[in-house]
Amino acid sequence: MAKTLFDKIWEKHVVKQIEGGPFVLYIDKHFIHEVTSPQAFAGLNKRGIKVFRPALTVATADHNVPTIDQHLPIREELSRRQVEALKKNCAEHGVELYGLGHPFQGIVHVIGPELGITQPGITIVCGDSHTSTHGAFGAIAFGIGTSEVEMVLATQCLLQTKPKVMRINVDGQLQEGVVSKDIILYIISQISASGATGYFVEYAGSAIRSLSMEARMTICNMSIEMGARGGMIAPDETTFNYLKGREFSPQDAQWEEKLAEWRQLYSDGNAIFDKEIFINAADIEPMITYGTNPGMGVGVTGHVPSLSEVNEKEKASFEKSLNYMGLQPGANMKGRKVDYVFIGSCTNSRIEDLRMVAGFVKGKKKASDVEVWVVPGSKQVEKQAIEEGIDKIFEQAGFQLRQPGCSACLGMNEDKIPAGKYCISTSNRNFEGRQGPNARTFLASPLTAAAAAITGEICDVREMLSSEKESVLAGDQNYN
Amino acid sequence: MGKSFNKIKSTVVPLNIENVDTDQIIPARFLKATSREGFGKNLFRDWRYNNDDENQPKQDFVLNDATYSGKVLVGAKNFGCSSSREHAAWAIKDAGFDVVVSSFFADIFKSNSLNNFLLPVQVSEEFLKKIFDAVQKDPKTEIEVNLEQQSIKITARGEQESFDISTYKKTCLLNGYDDIDYLLSIKPEIQEFETLKK
Ligand code: SF4
Repeated sequence: MAKTLFDKIWEKHVVKQIEGGPFVLYIDKHFIHEVTSPQAFAGLNKRGIKVFRPALTVATADHNVPTIDQHLPIREELSRRQVEALKKNCAEHGVELYGLGHPFQGIVHVIGPELGITQPGITIVCGDSHTSTHGAFGAIAFGIGTSEVEMVLATQCLLQTKPKVMRINVDGQLQEGVVSKDIILYIISQISASGATGYFVEYAGSAIRSLSMEARMTICNMSIEMGARGGMIAPDETTFNYLKGREFSPQDAQWEEKLAEWRQLYSDGNAIFDKEIFINAADIEPMITYGTNPGMGVGVTGHVPSLSEVNEKEKASFEKSLNYMGLQPGANMKGRKVDYVFIGSCTNSRIEDLRMVAGFVKGKKKASDVEVWVVPGSKQVEKQAIEEGIDKIFEQAGFQLRQPGCSACLGMNEDKIPAGKYCISTSNRNFEGRQGPNARTFLASPLTAAAAAITGEICDVREMLSSEKESVLAGDQNYN
Repeated sequence: MGKSFNKIKSTVVPLNIENVDTDQIIPARFLKATSREGFGKNLFRDWRYNNDDENQPKQDFVLNDATYSGKVLVGAKNFGCSSSREHAAWAIKDAGFDVVVSSFFADIFKSNSLNNFLLPVQVSEEFLKKIFDAVQKDPKTEIEVNLEQQSIKITARGEQESFDISTYKKTCLLNGYDDIDYLLSIKPEIQEFETLKK
């Protein structure tokens, strides 16, 4: 029988099915971090048991860490205690920890792939909803709660009901200035913040195939923002090239063996999906969100829906959302002033994101009344950026390059956006208070965020790109 | 938290807002504890207080309104979406709720709730509206939830609906044992699976 990619991987990991109930699913790789693991370890200790397969769990500190002066002790006491608890728990249970100061430290969803721990065909979980990121390699990867973290630590298994499978096909050519973040913001705006609840999503189509691994990760990362359990992309040469030679990738003969296995990982031609969606890549504009969930997005040249465009049942939450954002129904998005620019988070803090931003801002300066933070996703990204001289470009542009962590993505560590201020952010959530109490978030791509950093307002990066091209053609020496 | 569950009859707290995400249920800055207790006081923190000040409660927010109380929280569509933080379920439970009703729950929230003996009851849009209407007319409206029979009833009106739950989960809740107890009991099978897989 024809099978989907999801089915192929799922079936290989089912230990058994409970009669009239869920499946017992075996987990190959488990990532943990300081915020959602302490209660799980406490649970194990209470039961008097040890981690079952410590070699299959990897830990890092990311959510709570400061992004400046990381060599100093964490100032905030509760954050420090969580990070210390992680250290102690990992030591007691024999779990590898890439904590502060370690060359592999970083946001959990950035380090897994860059170290080659994330591989095709495996099951991956983490006590964090953006675990879906790892699905970009053709893995089944999803976020879990703390009780489930405890289950995986204790037994390397989880009880799961089998989700339905949806395929989202994006075909055709993207416009210049439109990048993978725009694809996913567009998809979510089309199907809503709950449109994929109950599903696992496979992304396919020529536009997806042509993306780099890092761009694919951005897409899978935000699957959860439409309610999906996870997202995945079938592995191909792009995937294999990315993985080859990484720290924990298979080596030599084992590599060849794995490669043969990985090449079988695709949805069969006539596999049936529970739902299928088709999107034309050329229809996608650079996107921006106006509201307080990631589904509330429009093209940058678009406007906030007017009251007549919103269906009756959603009016109340729509108005509540606009009220929070300080926006009027029907208002234009272009030209709207921003106070902060945040380039970072597990959605867009990889080296390609930083390169994209650096390539765009080289030789330009940020608007004087805008604060710009660039936060690399990991120590390795930071190191690479410095080696490539990207740090210098940011310095000249007036952008602040900070140290790795989740930073202003979630208003939990020291990096918060002040109340009432507008932040254009490359992260994944624009909820009320997400970046700090009463902070207002516009989600966008790194390119659109960088453009806003320069002009101080939401603008159409396509116009800037094309006017630059003209000035280059005219031999304008200011552009280099 | 192992605590069995069967029937509940209670007044309700209505929260008629769609897409309530877990960042609202419990904002990230309150996730710093290393135990499971005490999250209830920060439930819906930013909707409850002005300027994050406990001396300045927002009077119009339902949790600050003495008219409403009870063990059943009634939410609107897509309740508990986004962040996987189990702290959201802990906070609701810690604030004294045993049941959350909605017409649609986010996946992770649902499993987190079940793992903490907080019962998510998914009802139809129509039934949800009936509950909100009834509570609006009479804040003392009582709801009965019977897990054994998988039914939810608006007591005074006698209107009821049945809800879904897997047989396995139902047995767990009725008997007060959880997934981890089960998984630990099948460890030999897990080890066997590992050997076969290699
Ligand atoms: S960067 Fe943001 S979304 Fe990603 S893991 Fe950290 S807090 Fe979560």
